Amino acid sequence: MKIAVCVSHVPDTAAKINIGSDGKTLDPNGVTFIVNPYDEFAVEEALKTKEKIGGETVAISLGTDANKETLRKVLAMGIDNAVLLKDNNYRDSISVAKALAEEIKAQNAELVFFGKQSVDFDNSVVGQLTAEFLGYNCISVVVSFSLEGNKITCEREIEGGKEIVETTLPALITAQKGLNEPRYASLKGIMAAKKKEIIEKQPTAANNSVEIISMKKPAPKQAGKILGTDATAVPELVRLLRQEAKVI
Amino acid sequence: MANKILVFIEQRNGKIKKSSLEAIKAASDMAQKLSGSVEAISIGNEIENLENVGGFGAGKVIHFKNADLENYSPSAYADIIAKYSSENSIDIFFFAASSMGKDLAPRVAVKTDSGLAMDCISLNCEANNVVATRPIYAGKALIDVKLASPKKVFALRPNVFNSGAPTDKKAEVSTVNVGTPNLSVKVIDIKKSEGKIDVAEADIIVSGGRGMKGPEHFKLVEDLAEVLGAASGASRAVVDAGWRPHSEQVGQTGKTVSPSLYVALGISGAIQHLAGMRSSKYIVAINKDKDAPIFQVADYGIAGDVFEVVPAMIEEIKKIKS
Repeated sequence: MKIAVCVSHVPDTAAKINIGSDGKTLDPNGVTFIVNPYDEFAVEEALKTKEKIGGETVAISLGTDANKETLRKVLAMGIDNAVLLKDNNYRDSISVAKALAEEIKAQNAELVFFGKQSVDFDNSVVGQLTAEFLGYNCISVVVSFSLEGNKITCEREIEGGKEIVETTLPALITAQKGLNEPRYASLKGIMAAKKKEIIEKQPTAANNSVEIISMKKPAPKQAGKILGTDATAVPELVRLLRQEAKVI
Repeated sequence: MANKILVFIEQRNGKIKKSSLEAIKAASDMAQKLSGSVEAISIGNEIENLENVGGFGAGKVIHFKNADLENYSPSAYADIIAKYSSENSIDIFFFAASSMGKDLAPRVAVKTDSGLAMDCISLNCEANNVVATRPIYAGKALIDVKLASPKKVFALRPNVFNSGAPTDKKAEVSTVNVGTPNLSVKVIDIKKSEGKIDVAEADIIVSGGRGMKGPEHFKLVEDLAEVLGAASGASRAVVDAGWRPHSEQVGQTGKTVSPSLYVALGISGAIQHLAGMRSSKYIVAINKDKDAPIFQVADYGIAGDVFEVVPAMIEEIKKIKS
């Protein structure tokens, strides 16, 4: 079976975010980009599934040449092949999902893993959207995954608990932290990944409905009062919470 | 354009979620600006007090009923909403961006050919179009977006829009029995975390970080949470160390929260943590290091030892609450 995993290339969670001079985009200067953290769980689950049932894995990423860095990293973890859907322009989630769905279809992948969200635009929807375009069953925010024959059983994280969800192949799963422990790339894997070809393709042009009017930083929060350095400050703290903030 | 707004009412165990009432109120405010109308759709088995959503601004509720729909089924729920909306010419959809809403809204967007704006924290109206503000990079930046598509889906971040107090108005409820729902994806069971409040829904959160020095000391975090009726949360460092479950993690690779009160115990305030909690209404920080970045976002702080300060807080709060 062919297993696909979709990965995005995002600013490091430790990065400070600055707005570009157009007032609509991120200023990438000084920002380190990484494999989207949730996608590492997706890659690990794809690799584990292949180890169990055999088949072939392919990673797909949509973006600029910079995304090749992320694709090389997942090849080094053990993914067999990589495809870059090359697009230097802005795409909204729906346009991203349409392009990914086309490629997944071309790859004939029956099982697809995504991270539950990219930590850049935080929409948490591209997996579900892609599944809809493919007509695949989809379970999102998954913390445990099992595949027996054609049948999939997952645990999906919800407020205050987990849903146990069942479905069948073909299916698309979005990974939440806790699903597994992503492996580190071995030296051998890193060397092998350097030699692998990243196949470049041109996705269908975007038809965006989301127009970004402006991007800004939130208003800075005023630093508050340090009330003391030990327990003697506690009565004053509790008084302020009750009388000034009125939150307790 | 008629601007018919449809709000999805989320239910768990037959009870309407608070975030859905917030969405109804926000839809009703938007309908006034757009000269539109608001109706609501609920899916499940028995649902209590559906008529009360009238008090938040929905004139009518269509309830799609089937025992198999008591738990969430993405396939069935999305099909029902899409079918209803095409038969009733819905222009705009509102969801709460809860775990169910985040899963369902994109599916409905594709089925109805709508544009999609997730996790909105503010909605405004310009030239008869909705402008939505939403956080990106876990709240390190905000974007204002407009949807160019004729049909639009908005998912609203829970706990941000105020539902206000309901009026006496009752909604007209009609029930439709669903024959054979599409259960190709189906929730067969729900495992609840015993008696705990989830950080994503809590009005008060008490979080612990590396300054708690070990998993055994999180009893202190939980004890303070208990006297405050709060959820307990954790920083990424302690989740990665295996001291606490990931479901408690607050920050960029955990949950982004905006409770009324956030109490950070022994948390220094890494940028990814601050991104996840800085929109809390009030922030209290207890940390030995007076230069810790957490104090830059805290409204009130004590630059002292958590093991000394927190027991005193528990006692003091017990005193005023008794």
